[in-house]
Amino acid sequence: MKSFSFLSGWFGVRQELSKERRTILGWASFLLPILIWCAVSYVPFIWHPAVLVQDIGDVDYFQEGMRIDKAIFQEEFENMQREGKKVPQGVSTNPIYLPAPHEVAIAFYTSFTTPPAQKDGQWMHESLWQSIQVIFWGFVISSLIGVPLGILCGTYSVIARLFEPFIEFFRYLPAPAFGALMVAILGIYDGPKIAIIVIGTFFQQVLVICNTTRKLDYSLIEAAMTLGTSKWKLLKNVVIPGILPNLYLDMRILLGWAWTYLIVAELIGTSSGITLFITQQARYQHFDNVFAAIFIIGFIGLGTDLFLAWLGRRMFRWDRPVNKE
Amino acid sequence: MNKTVSSLLPSYLDQSPEVKARFDKLKNRDVILEVKNLVKTYKTNKGETVALNNVSFKTHKREFVCVIGPSGCGKSTLARVLAGLESYSGGEVLLDGKPVTGPGRDRGMVFQGYTLFPWRTVKQNVMFGLEMNGMGSIEAGREAELWLELIGLEKFTNAYPHELSGGMKQRVAIARALVNQPRILLMDEPFGALDAQTRAKMQAHLLEIWRNIDITIVFITHDLDEAIFLADRILVLKAHPGEIMELIEVPVPRPRNLTQSNSPEFLATKARLEALIHPQEPAETTEIPIQQRMIRFVNVADNVE
Repeated sequence: MKSFSFLSGWFGVRQELSKERRTILGWASFLLPILIWCAVSYVPFIWHPAVLVQDIGDVDYFQEGMRIDKAIFQEEFENMQREGKKVPQGVSTNPIYLPAPHEVAIAFYTSFTTPPAQKDGQWMHESLWQSIQVIFWGFVISSLIGVPLGILCGTYSVIARLFEPFIEFFRYLPAPAFGALMVAILGIYDGPKIAIIVIGTFFQQVLVICNTTRKLDYSLIEAAMTLGTSKWKLLKNVVIPGILPNLYLDMRILLGWAWTYLIVAELIGTSSGITLFITQQARYQHFDNVFAAIFIIGFIGLGTDLFLAWLGRRMFRWDRPVNKE
Repeated sequence: MNKTVSSLLPSYLDQSPEVKARFDKLKNRDVILEVKNLVKTYKTNKGETVALNNVSFKTHKREFVCVIGPSGCGKSTLARVLAGLESYSGGEVLLDGKPVTGPGRDRGMVFQGYTLFPWRTVKQNVMFGLEMNGMGSIEAGREAELWLELIGLEKFTNAYPHELSGGMKQRVAIARALVNQPRILLMDEPFGALDAQTRAKMQAHLLEIWRNIDITIVFITHDLDEAIFLADRILVLKAHPGEIMELIEVPVPRPRNLTQSNSPEFLATKARLEALIHPQEPAETTEIPIQQRMIRFVNVADNVE
């Protein structure tokens, strides 16, 4: 009974938890996957489908440091035993593509401290900076047109009816499909990459912002009209300030969206940025570096979002449930 | 029951000499708002619905008119048509003799829902109308502060709407409408969402404002006591379609106070309103009476009455 009431305290339907519990759960949401990863990596009897050969024994095709399927190792082990030759030795291990947490942690550090393999290659931070610039320009260009168009669509039916059908159609076209075309138009460097991010973001952006604009409480517009606000002043003085906090929230979500197009975008033309780093490291089977690079993207994304959320709370202090009691 | 009570009461048509003199004076004032044969129809899936049918009345300068009626009588629609937020299908709406074609600053409105701009402070909300009509922000700010003092909210000048109680929000909404110096103030059940105590305070507050300012008020309500307490005249509407049943001159003398709610004039007026709005024998009702549907779910011996 006690444990039941303990649980029901945590499981109130749409009830916010205490600050303490929120903090605990926030950490737990990261610790949980890390713990699973640790368990899979460090507990020998969980998964570990391969054997890392330490002593090749008399098996002619084994090499030291080779990862081999457990069943094959077992077979060779028995073969050697039967033939009275020297048996191979090895320890259970995971496949090469799943490095242990500590290996990734080390790679995380060394990726920034290791100079590029090729002379004309880029340092890790240079790759990152290039990626961030591609994202930034893609998002800015998309927003410069997408935000005003979205707001206009949400405010004036005539604009919505004119633009929305085509945008609805276009947003189903996969952005990467335009890769070759963009290279033909914009060359092989950053141009087509930025274009892919614009194509991937813009059409969703218009529709999302249009929807947000439509959700503005119409009675605010009516109130403004009875106060003598002309049609043209409504947009600037009621619609835009009224939707600003939700618009800001949309932009945060859309920025995340832009990041998801980054990897595909950077493969177009000459590979560049963090994607070039990842593909090269994967080619040399440095999967610890690959994981480190993927996590860096995650950290940058989460970090930006947390910062923007904090900034948003400061900017829109008035944004509380207000006109409903 | 109504009959026995009303037989003891004076007629609601009887007016004391003072009240009569007041009404004579009132009717000699300029006509601010004139509604002539107003018709409003809606197109619905089932065809056309008549929301307002042949509504005509005149409102004089500085008059306080309440519009009352059962739900579905189109009283809110009437307010919205007068505000210019909805078009009308026939007839005329004249403000100072000029036809109403859309919303404008000459007709202020206070809505039932809270419609303060949440991104503006209390002062900025009150300034809104002035700014939209081209007044500079320094002058508008000064004007707004004057009004906030008048409604007793000067301490909340820089507060945001979410920090105010329901009653305070409606006070700001009234100030925001009045600062624009409209010819009439339309109020669509403005105190409907407030608790009884706050509502009583707001009614007294509104009368105080009305007495001191050159403003004509058209006030929509479904609360009979509220209508009698506030109004000079009460426009009673009936539903399906919305038509005027009667324009009642409230015989309760001014200044009004809460003790008058037991006075014979007040009770007589209320009895008349009740007879109009809730007739003894409902001609046709779509509502199913509660008693007929209820089955006893408790022990026969267990009586609560």
